[in-house]
Amino acid sequence: MSRYFTEDHEWVDVDGDTGTVGITDYAQGQLGDIVFVDVPDEGKTFAKGDDAAVVESVKAASDIYAPVSGSVIEGNAALGDTPGLVNEDAEGEGWMFRLTLSDPGELDGLMDEAAYEAFVAKL
Amino acid sequence: MSINQSGWRPEAPQTGNADAPTFTGNRALMLEEPLIFEIGSTETTGVDFDDSGAPAQGHKLGNLVRTAPIGLPGLSEPEAVRHYTRLSRQNYAIDLGLFPLGSCTMKHNPRLNEKVARLPGFADIHPLAPVDTVQGALGVINELAFWLIGLTGMYGVAMSPKAGAHGELCGILCIKAALEKRGEGHRKVVLVPESAHGTNPATAAFAGFTVEDIPATAEGRVDLAALKARLGQDVAAVMITNPNTCGLFERDMKAISDAVHAVGGYVYCDGANFNAIVGRVRPGDLGVDAMHINLHKTFSTPHGGGGPGSGPVVLSEALAPFGPLPFTARYEDGHIRLIEEETAGEDHPDSFGRMTAFHGQMGMFTRALAYILSHGADGLKQVAEDAVLNANYMLRSLDDVLDAPFGPSGPCMHEALFSDEGFAEGFTTLDVAKALIDEGYHPMTMYFPLVVHGAMLVEPTETESKAALDQFIGALRSVAARAKTGDESLKTAPHFAPRRRLDETLAARKPVLVWSDPALAQAAE
Amino acid sequence: MRYLPLTPDDRRAMLATIGAASIDDLFVDVPEHARLSGPIDGLPNHASELAVERHMAALARQNVAAGDVPFFLGAGAYRHHVPASVDHLIQRGEFLTAYTPYQPEIAQGTLQMLFEFQTQVARLLGTDVANASMYDGSTACWEAIVMARRITRRGKAILSSGLHPHYVSVARTMATFTGDAIEATAPCLDAGPDTASLIDRIDDDTSCVVVQYPDILGRIGDLSDLAAACHAKKALLIAVVTEPVALGALKSPGEMDADIVVGEGQSIGVGLQFGGPYVGLFGCKQKYVRQMPGRLCGETVDADGKRGFVLTLSTREQHIRREKATSNICTNSGLCALAFSIHMTLLGEAGLRDLAAINHAGAVAAAERLARVPGVTLVNDAFFNEFTLELSKEARPVVRALADRGVLAGVSLGRLYPNEESLANGLVVAVTETTTAEDVETFATELEEVLA
Repeated sequence: MSRYFTEDHEWVDVDGDTGTVGITDYAQGQLGDIVFVDVPDEGKTFAKGDDAAVVESVKAASDIYAPVSGSVIEGNAALGDTPGLVNEDAEGEGWMFRLTLSDPGELDGLMDEAAYEAFVAKL
Repeated sequence: MSINQSGWRPEAPQTGNADAPTFTGNRALMLEEPLIFEIGSTETTGVDFDDSGAPAQGHKLGNLVRTAPIGLPGLSEPEAVRHYTRLSRQNYAIDLGLFPLGSCTMKHNPRLNEKVARLPGFADIHPLAPVDTVQGALGVINELAFWLIGLTGMYGVAMSPKAGAHGELCGILCIKAALEKRGEGHRKVVLVPESAHGTNPATAAFAGFTVEDIPATAEGRVDLAALKARLGQDVAAVMITNPNTCGLFERDMKAISDAVHAVGGYVYCDGANFNAIVGRVRPGDLGVDAMHINLHKTFSTPHGGGGPGSGPVVLSEALAPFGPLPFTARYEDGHIRLIEEETAGEDHPDSFGRMTAFHGQMGMFTRALAYILSHGADGLKQVAEDAVLNANYMLRSLDDVLDAPFGPSGPCMHEALFSDEGFAEGFTTLDVAKALIDEGYHPMTMYFPLVVHGAMLVEPTETESKAALDQFIGALRSVAARAKTGDESLKTAPHFAPRRRLDETLAARKPVLVWSDPALAQAAE
Repeated sequence: MRYLPLTPDDRRAMLATIGAASIDDLFVDVPEHARLSGPIDGLPNHASELAVERHMAALARQNVAAGDVPFFLGAGAYRHHVPASVDHLIQRGEFLTAYTPYQPEIAQGTLQMLFEFQTQVARLLGTDVANASMYDGSTACWEAIVMARRITRRGKAILSSGLHPHYVSVARTMATFTGDAIEATAPCLDAGPDTASLIDRIDDDTSCVVVQYPDILGRIGDLSDLAAACHAKKALLIAVVTEPVALGALKSPGEMDADIVVGEGQSIGVGLQFGGPYVGLFGCKQKYVRQMPGRLCGETVDADGKRGFVLTLSTREQHIRREKATSNICTNSGLCALAFSIHMTLLGEAGLRDLAAINHAGAVAAAERLARVPGVTLVNDAFFNEFTLELSKEARPVVRALADRGVLAGVSLGRLYPNEESLANGLVVAVTETTTAEDVETFATELEEVLA
């Protein structure tokens, strides 16, 4: 299993053709307390870069883009009651949705962890 | 002599523990007040009815008679008066002090206007009353419309929009209708500067347009060259605020309008900041096609803790035919007609339709008309001049202690913009705002416009005296100095308000929007 | 000028501080061509309070105030007695001249009032939650239709023929720009509402059914079957209440499982005011709360753990979401919501029920009396405080003739539906606690003469 990052601060863990998507710890820190997460329903399909989920903090709502194309297997139901999971564990329990990748080749355009860390360091 | 030992003798004031708790939780005049649900009962009422009602015959409610309890507590009149009076005292208001909320024009609300709006001839008439019985009300609408057209140099005005954002929608719908009439419904792009009020892009998107940013220059104005480069056959309109939200007049407004018109687009102007130019500049002379006027800003109708507003929209000759129903028309014999759906086919065939039931915010029209007549031509011009003078006085009395990002650009209009540049590490605009609360002020607009980091937008308005301005300047200078030196007590301000900082995260994560009886909730568990 | 505190000396001193020679120096960014050279055409100079009041009073006198004549108009705006303390309290400067409560530490008065208002409205409408008010009933109705589209992701709204025609017009206007499909027809002079026809028309494309209760002709019908039919097709039921006093006597729409209930709150506390400002009521089921438009006030605690209130879920709003907002609406109708809430608190449940009973009893008596006038037929079988009469003549000229005789007789259906021949003889008559038995008798007598 390997983890990829986007410049919009999403991460995706890939296991075979299944991807798990969330936002990075850096992103949650920037957003502050997350109060609501709107995760996509099963069966929804996205092209890379589509609006896929919404996270709301007290003062801002931010769109989460699909880091890769695919169709949704499940949204993280736990976020419905405990949106704060994104703050506590953004890159673990705070995942947003799983999807079946339709074009694994798209992963080539994403960053690995070291590249993302370097990217964030420059912000 | 006999010495009378009884009674009270004055003593010199003593100092002591000011933080000691009280039995009630009150702090002298700062009074805690429970919810009506905690003090009222469903059996209590503060209204008496005549006994004459309730005749013998049965009801005509079919099988729909309400049987279940509703759960509405009542209070007697003295209890109700006390409840709401106590609540009122937890509010800041213009009547209490300077209210420097940028972009909101919190000016004094003349009480004459309240009085005339309550005349039974205005307050107690029905919107569907026969037109001959409401000629005076139609006269108010017609007369106010006339002055709004005159003050803006425009061709027509739509009076019915209920508030500024509703007026924006009205203007954008006129533009959409005009484009469709021309067979140019394909124009889908509305250009909006990043510094605009959030309602602008929300309105354009709601009407089905795609919103794109207009770039700004370093001095805080629309970048004319960049705008021209973006204009094309896909552009429906530009939405510009003038004076803009950085407090600056858009010098190139006429050139912008000409360029937009040259490619077949329309110019929408957000009139939120009209107070800076009323009586001195007419937007119609700058090529504007539509502009909403917030009667609750420039024309002083009360903000009322968040409405009601009123947002008439002045329109150019090109857009006026598309304005909404209903509207008034005065005939040569002085009779005023109301143009509604019935005769719109003959009188106003291109109208885009009706935006609201009835005629708009009549109660605001009477107040705004009284305001205009009270000020007159000379007074309105003085309004703009004093509003601009007060804002520049703020700007130049503070720009040595607060960063004024566009200060070097020259004078501001009716509001002065500052940023959080130079505050100690970890200190923010929010801290300054909350400290101003302790100084006895409502804070300025924070974090708007978005183009300036930690923005603070100060709009004093023309109804403040120099002494009031000087005291506020002193307070803000003091707070700014504390933010620069990193005074930790700012982080926990306000300390003296009815409440300390409130937990907005808790409110949003588990929204509690209605009261529920804790006893019932406990019983259910 | 009495509203401008600066003196000429102040102005000179301030210009000196600024470093400007004259006020014109502050307007240097306004190009020469844009500066107005003279005064506004025709506008006189400033005027005294006395002169302005005289002018406004003269205009007011050209109107026939409802309180001065027998008065029977309703159709979406109702004349009720408002206790004197309501207007006194809303004129307290701390309410009247406050802004939207964005700084909650110094706006708990407005915020607590809004929390109380939301609770009162939700209980009255029978919904789980309610917002802090909308512009008015007609715009609240449209916002509900848009909300149903967001929830169901379907674009067709079916409007009952009993929905106020202005509300229908607003929805039609807005829908031409948003692409929603609106199905609506004019009503027939039947005794009951069009529930059965609505149930037949719900299909898999339907986002919502919008039904007014009581409807424009004053008719009332059970909404339970309609709600069930909507839910069977995964559509929402939106109920519209233009006369909230009715809910003191009638089952609430929420009790009958309506998903969204909107209303015009003007009846309680606000007054007629020639159509505005009014106050839109908006309630819905808990599960739809994040799709609700408008401001919401929520309970929380402050840094010391004390209960307090804040505006919440504001990320749905335009100033945060900009082009992705749920609505472009920026203000609510705060002061009218306050008037509604105070009046409702004075009434309490007992008072509201009494008020509703008096309205209904008066309407029953009036309907019975007017139906005895030759040439008059009562259309409704059930109603609250408003009913429809079918006259032997076109109603519009009858209303005008009665106005000339000093009776404001009701709203003719010809005014509301100018192109519907079949409705031309219809007259909608409202009776409230402000209507006396003498008013009804005068109306009946004059009507008999006009119809003869």
